[in-house]
Order: sequence, then structure tokens, then C-alpha cells
Amino acid sequence: MARAPETLDRPAEDALGPEPPGPFREFWHDYRQNRGAVAGLVFLLLLVAVALLADLVAPHAPDVQYRDAFLTPPVWQEGGSWRFPLGTDATGRDILSRIIFGSRYSLSIGFLVIVLSLLGGITIGLFAGFFRGWIDTLVMRLMDVLIAIPGLLLALVVVAIMGPGLFNAMFAIAIVYLPHFVRLTRAATLAELSRDYVTGSRVAGAGLARLMFVTVLPNCMPPLIVQATLSFSTAVLDMAALGFLGMGAQPPTPEWGTMLADAREFILRAWWVVTFPGMAILFTVLAINLVGDGLRDVLDPKLKRS
Amino acid sequence: MLRFLLTRLGLLIPTFLGVTLIAFLFIRLLPGDPIEILAGERGVSPERHARLMRELGFDRPLWEQYLGYLGDVLQGDLGRSIVTKQPVIREFLTLFPATLELSLCAILLAVVIGLPVGILAAVRRGTVFDHSVMAVTLTGYSMPIFWWGLLLIILFSGILGWTPVSGRLSLLYYVEPVTGFMLIDTLLSDQEGAFLSALRHLILPTAVLGTIPLAVIARQTRSAMLEVLGEDYVRTARAKGLPPRRVIGLHALRNALIPVVTTIGLQVGVLLAGAILTETIFSWPGVGKWLVDSIFRRDYPAVQGGLLLIASLVMLVNLVVDLLYGLINPRIRHRRA
Repeated sequence: MARAPETLDRPAEDALGPEPPGPFREFWHDYRQNRGAVAGLVFLLLLVAVALLADLVAPHAPDVQYRDAFLTPPVWQEGGSWRFPLGTDATGRDILSRIIFGSRYSLSIGFLVIVLSLLGGITIGLFAGFFRGWIDTLVMRLMDVLIAIPGLLLALVVVAIMGPGLFNAMFAIAIVYLPHFVRLTRAATLAELSRDYVTGSRVAGAGLARLMFVTVLPNCMPPLIVQATLSFSTAVLDMAALGFLGMGAQPPTPEWGTMLADAREFILRAWWVVTFPGMAILFTVLAINLVGDGLRDVLDPKLKRS
Repeated sequence: MLRFLLTRLGLLIPTFLGVTLIAFLFIRLLPGDPIEILAGERGVSPERHARLMRELGFDRPLWEQYLGYLGDVLQGDLGRSIVTKQPVIREFLTLFPATLELSLCAILLAVVIGLPVGILAAVRRGTVFDHSVMAVTLTGYSMPIFWWGLLLIILFSGILGWTPVSGRLSLLYYVEPVTGFMLIDTLLSDQEGAFLSALRHLILPTAVLGTIPLAVIARQTRSAMLEVLGEDYVRTARAKGLPPRRVIGLHALRNALIPVVTTIGLQVGVLLAGAILTETIFSWPGVGKWLVDSIFRRDYPAVQGGLLLIASLVMLVNLVVDLLYGLINPRIRHRRA
């Protein structure tokens, strides 16, 4: 494809031959082989830009109710106007603006959930892997229990305990993903602990914390990063599902799932109220999954399935 | 095989105890006083409160309470619903056939379409068909199914008017529940049109609930087939001059099916979580909708019982899948047991 010009543009190499590519360059070279992954990344970057610049990009404020424009159809349908490109909802709020502001919630929530879950999972998994014995058994049995409960049900139960709301729902979903990260970290830790370099570091007098976080952890990261991206997409989905069930972000927050919950009673009268927020969820999740697949192919070729 | 079975069962017991512990702690972790939670919105007088506290054993140490709860659970007593005053287990069992019927149809749909599509995509690797399958299944995998359900309702119920919006059967019919499966019960009832009505109610929820398993099964089948098609014995079979249909159908498929069976089994958790959303959208009277309603009604004993039963069900199915896996793949059985 368009790769030839780049090699031509490169400055002439010196006598030592081409310089070995830096780690990032090498990564990018592998990553961009996957066209879908690049498309997903571009979409995500655009979405992040939109989320950051929501105040500038959105035509209206997300919660202003235009009392002269209840359930206005989108611009290309009869009765629609450029004032509300994707139409308005039952209380006269601009749907496009709400979706734009909603991207802030979905992205940051998904991200925070995964960071929370990843940090917890790494810590617990490292401890289980290092100490073995009863701590390990106890932790792993507990993770078995958490995995036996279907994710959404577990999240619903946690929300029932803590009460509905954005932050409680985030915490609930972080718990749902915790076992996956614990298991992955522990398995990778056990594999690494038998390697010579760990013994070497131990003999050289490295303390426990250093062994854990500096010696072993970096070598466990690739599968964790892949799992984190793939979980990111399901976290966005689960968050929207909780919002849809009325257990996540509460109205009038323009979170995409919550918008769908509000729109349910109008589905047969105003299709646009339902269609666009869901489309936003679908495209975002799809983009994250594409990026996750691309990362998997590059970082963890063993996991590559085809 | 017996040893394999026993080891697997042995591993299940601590997990089951863990689930009972979580279900037990659930009621106690809720903000507020357990008696007030159990009494619901009516509240209780202080004297009655003290008496109930003693009668229900909330004044005893936690571990004693837990042992009591565990004993009740093992005897099939999961407490009573606050709202209906019915035993939780009876409510669950009444509604469960609806969920089971929906889930079975969904997984059937997913296997019947996902398996051949996955095989075909692997055989025709790199073609337009393969690429379309990968694109469509990735979209299906990324689908927010609650939105997907609403879209289908807009299209098939709203615009085309082909399917009903909610429920399991048209109100024109009354069918005596025999098996709890509406498709079978309507056939047994001999009422004209009842079966068709049940079928039309079932189609959209099935399609919605089956979407994610379908995508996962198709992708897993494709990658398993690709892996097997590269094996030496497949090349040998081809070199022997066996017809391609036989090589793919017999030599490759049989071995590729092993991981696929596991994948299908693992969809049970996905199905039950999906049922919560699907049943809510279509007002399908199953345990998923019942759980969501119970949370909203603050019917916590029902939530507690539902949590325990669903987790146990998932564990049981995983056990069966594990055993099946050992059965069709002797390598696993001998290595692990």
C-alpha cells in the first residue's frame, strides 16, 4: 500500500546500516498492518477529541429543554431542521449534544473501571502468586465464586447494596472484571517466578516489593494490556446496560444507556430518540474491540487465533 | 473417568460454599437494619422488632447465623419474598421455564447459524465471505443487546407489524402450564393459532439473546477450524485423496469441535446475564425480569435467592461442560485426573 514512499523519504543510512527501530516504532509498524485496528484507533481518538472539546463542538447545552421543540425529528425527515440535526427527545433536549456530552461519561467511566480493576487485580494476583499457600488458595477460590455469578447480575447486586448512581455502578463493574485480572496476573507471575532472571535478582538481594513490581510485573504486562482493552469495551457495554436498567447514571445525566432508558416509551413514536444513543454505544464498543484485537496481535502473538 | 468426576465435584464444593456466603452477606451488607429490610415499607413496632430479631436469629453471632442459613439452603428453603409472601424457590421455579425456553432457543439459533458459518469462513479463508463474517460477528459481539432489541421492536413490531411487542402469548389464549415451555404447552392445548402466537412472541427475544453467543461461536469455530486445518493429519487425509467434504467434515471438524463445545458451555453465563436485559425489554415473564423487578421493589430475599440459584446453575453447567470436555477429549482426562 502506501508504505513505499516512507522508505524513500528516509535519510540515507550511515555505514553501520539502518538503525534498529525504537520500541514504539516497531510496535507501530506491526500495529498498522491491521487496517481495522487503525480505523478503530482513529475513531477512538476522534471520540476523545469530541469528548474533550464537547463545550465547543456541541450545538446546544446537554440539558437545556426547548419547550417549542418536543420530539423534533432529525434534519432529513419531514419536520426536522438544522437547529437539531439528530432531533430532540421528549423534553426538547438536543440529541446530538447529549450524545456528544455523553461520550465524556462512557469513555472516562470505562477507563476508570478498567484502571481500578487492573490495579486491584495486579496487586491481588501478585500477592497470590508470590506467597502461594493458603492466601493463594483463599484468593483463587474467592475469584472462582465471583466468576460463577454472571457479570451483570453481580453488578446489579453490588448496586443494590450500595444504591444506584454513577460511581457505585463503576465500582460494581470494576468488581466484575477483577477476577480476570487476578487470574491472569497470578498465572503470569507463577510462570515468571521460575525463570533464572528472577532467581538472579533475588540472589542479588532485591527486596520483595522490588521483585514484585520491578522485576516480575513488567514481564506480565502484555496479556494484561490485551485483557484490559477487551474488558474496556465490555465495561462500556455493562455501564450502558446498568444505565438502561436505571441502576447506573441517573437522569438527567446524558449517559448513553440512561438516555436509552428515558427513550423506551417513545420507541414506536420517535425512532430517533432510541436509535442514535445506541449507535454511539455500538460504534464506540466496536472501535475499542478493533483496537483490542490489533493490540493482541502485536503484543501477545500467542493469543492470536488465526 | 470416575476419578475425574470426583475431583471436579470436589472443586465445586468450596465454590458453592463461597456463593452461599456471598448470598448470606448480601442481606447483611445492605444499608439499614435486616428486620426493617425484611419487613419492607410497612415498618415494625419496637417490640415486634425485638421479637423478630430473636426469632430470626439476627442476635446470634454471624457464623451461627451463616450455618443456620446454609442448613436452610441445603433443605431447599431460600426464605420468602417480601412482596408476595411466597417461598422464593417456588417463585423462581415457576418463572424459570420461561427463561429456560428462551435461552435454549437462543443457544440453538446461535449454534445452528454460528457453527456452519464459522466452518465455511475457515474453509474459504481470506475470501469476501470470510471477511464479511468477521466484520458482522465483531459487530454482533460489540452489540448493546438492549438497544438491538429496541431496534428490532421498531422495525418488526412498529413498522412491519409482524411480531408482538411483549409477553409470551396473545391474551386471546389461555394455556394450562404443563411443561412450562409455551411452545410445547400450546401444542398440547390443541387451540387453533396458539402455537403460532407463542412462536411469534418468541422470535424477537430469541434473536436478541442469541446475537452475542452467535458471534462468539462463529468466531471460535472459525479459529478452531483454521488451527486444525493446518495439522499434519489433515494434510495426510488430503494427500490420501479423500474428498474435501470428508476431510473437513470428519477429520477436521471433529477435532475443531472440542474447544467449540467449551465455548458453547461458557455462553450460559452470557445467556443468563443477557436474559436480564432481554426479558426486561420484551416483558418476558422469566427470572431475569423478576430479578430486576425484585431489586426495584426492594424484595431482597428474592434477590438473594435468585443470586444463589443462578450462580449454582452456572457452576453446574460449567461442571457438565468440563465433564463433556473430558469425555470427548481423552487427552485432558488423563492429564488432569
